[in-house]
Amino acid sequence: MLTRREALLGSVLTAAAVATIGAMPAAASAKEVAGLPRERITLVAPPFVHAHDQVAKDGPKVVEFTMTIEEKPVVIDADGTQLNAMTYNGSIPGPLMVVHEGDYLELTLINPDTNTLAHNIDFHAATGALGGGALTLVNPGEQATLRFKATRTGTFVYHCAPGGPMIPWHVVSGMSGAVMVLPRDGLRDDKGRPIRYDRIYYIGENDFYVPRDEQGKFKKYETAGDNYDDTVKVMRGLIPTHVVFNGKAGSLTGENAMKAKVGETVLIVHSQANRDTRPHLIGGHGDYVWEQGKFANPPAKDLETWFIRGGSAGSALYTFLQPGVYAYVNHNLIEAVELGATAHFMVDGTWNDDLMTQVEAPRAIATQ
Amino acid sequence: MSFNPIVALGSVAAAALIVMGATSAFDRFSSAGSFVASPELVTLAPGSFDHPQPGEFLGKGHPVAAPRILTTISAPLKIMKYQVSAAEYGRCVTAGRCKAADTLDSDNFPVTGVSHIDAEAYSAWLSAQTGATWRLPTDAEWAYAAGERFRGDIEGGTDDPNNPALRWLAQYRTEAALGRKSDPEPRVKEAFGVNSKGLADVAGNVWEWTSTCYVHATIAADGISTLSSIDNCGVHVVEGFHRTYMSNFIRDGKSGGCAVGTPPDNLGFRLVRERLNVVRAALRRLGFA
Repeated sequence: MLTRREALLGSVLTAAAVATIGAMPAAASAKEVAGLPRERITLVAPPFVHAHDQVAKDGPKVVEFTMTIEEKPVVIDADGTQLNAMTYNGSIPGPLMVVHEGDYLELTLINPDTNTLAHNIDFHAATGALGGGALTLVNPGEQATLRFKATRTGTFVYHCAPGGPMIPWHVVSGMSGAVMVLPRDGLRDDKGRPIRYDRIYYIGENDFYVPRDEQGKFKKYETAGDNYDDTVKVMRGLIPTHVVFNGKAGSLTGENAMKAKVGETVLIVHSQANRDTRPHLIGGHGDYVWEQGKFANPPAKDLETWFIRGGSAGSALYTFLQPGVYAYVNHNLIEAVELGATAHFMVDGTWNDDLMTQVEAPRAIATQ
Repeated sequence: MSFNPIVALGSVAAAALIVMGATSAFDRFSSAGSFVASPELVTLAPGSFDHPQPGEFLGKGHPVAAPRILTTISAPLKIMKYQVSAAEYGRCVTAGRCKAADTLDSDNFPVTGVSHIDAEAYSAWLSAQTGATWRLPTDAEWAYAAGERFRGDIEGGTDDPNNPALRWLAQYRTEAALGRKSDPEPRVKEAFGVNSKGLADVAGNVWEWTSTCYVHATIAADGISTLSSIDNCGVHVVEGFHRTYMSNFIRDGKSGGCAVGTPPDNLGFRLVRERLNVVRAALRRLGFA
């Protein structure tokens, strides 16, 4: 006799098996992959994203990228605080790589002999070998090439994961970025209707843990290795000294504020490789938000704030309706204002009085 | 350590000698035994100048650029050549009359990490010590003394009633275009040079508190005269590379500012010395406020 529990379990198992078979990508032979067209992409530093088609024009291809790892001191705030950074391609975060579902992402990772540490890359978008980490560990003076098939759509973090305590230390030293795997026919709204963006910005958020001296001032170190012991102590407290966008407090403000126009639709990809965050556009919304970042799930609509889990990348699509200066923040406002997680959008266009109007400017309180 | 009368007497004598030897450098109002030297002053002749007013202004219910008003400094203005130094402020802290600054600067650096409340406390202490009246300058006095280094607010111009965002964007662009980089490390006094009026370090990287309150004002059709205004003296005008407004208790301008806009690198101050009539000076020396 079949119990209810067994029946339930059985049906679940069967469903899972069917789903697995259905989701299993057809394995292409090496020869078939070798026969695919190849495209070579030159990466650009965030918040910008290399040119790409939103809807794939042809069939799958191999998309080639190269990233050179740079260990170098970078300034992370207006006070001149220095981080002994480790970077993919010289930027924090590393560049966003865009491919389509079914494409092969082929990365050549170079670790020049001017560096002092071994590095690798773990792609959350990839399947197997610790996300590629086990196949890409390069010493200074080495390079490696990894190819993985983009089988799942969405935005995904990549980060350095050279083993044990090196993993969090490399990540909080700047080594993370994101991949975006678009559906071949582009993005869809919650009803399955196609949607497009006019601009895309990639915002990588980082938490940094810079040690302080006896006077409470941030310490400077000659090399990354020198700071390791002190930095780990701060890391274990789990309270960052800095929470920043694009590698530095204020790096997306002033002359570097992001630009848009009223009526333009902007896709904001937001990654955090280590720690939870909650993006919010002050004075705006998320029209369509893939909070978990995966395009196979319908986007949530009309969000005020969205949650990006540590170790993931999400995206929000928004059409600007009013001109002005917008702040895009991590809506833990202490982190936004005191620790650095604030960016600005400058949006030109025509004001919509219907959406908002100042009925009366501040004046003395009316007396009876 | 056992009490050694010879050493003890010797050090008392030495202290007395130092006091006597240095008295000539002290303020002439200071009573015997006071350890406070009068700060170096610059005396500015009376004069008039065009002064963009501090605060926020409405005309016909919409934000307008601050009116520029012909302002007169009618009596000679005696103002400190230097910002109050860490050493000078430190003596008030030692005396128990001032709260220690948030920043530890070397003696001949301007004191930073001080609030409007701290500046007021220092003024009161210095006045009591010297028998003179010391106070923060008004915004107009500061602007007069700043001369060619005065900038005022970073203006967005007059509001377009059909599109308030134009003014916000203009202001943001103007500020971004100034391209001033954050410069948080205080410098030794006179590192930013002396202006045409003889004041040192005006509009360097230490912004200065003034005694002028933040105000919302409605101005008349002539664009000059004020129809009504509401003061908020919990916020004071701060002057430096640009004019800004800070709550009285803020000691670090970087965290005390608004959501957008360049914050001051540091907060400090300099004082003016009020002219005092002879009777009041005598009363003060006798300990009457």
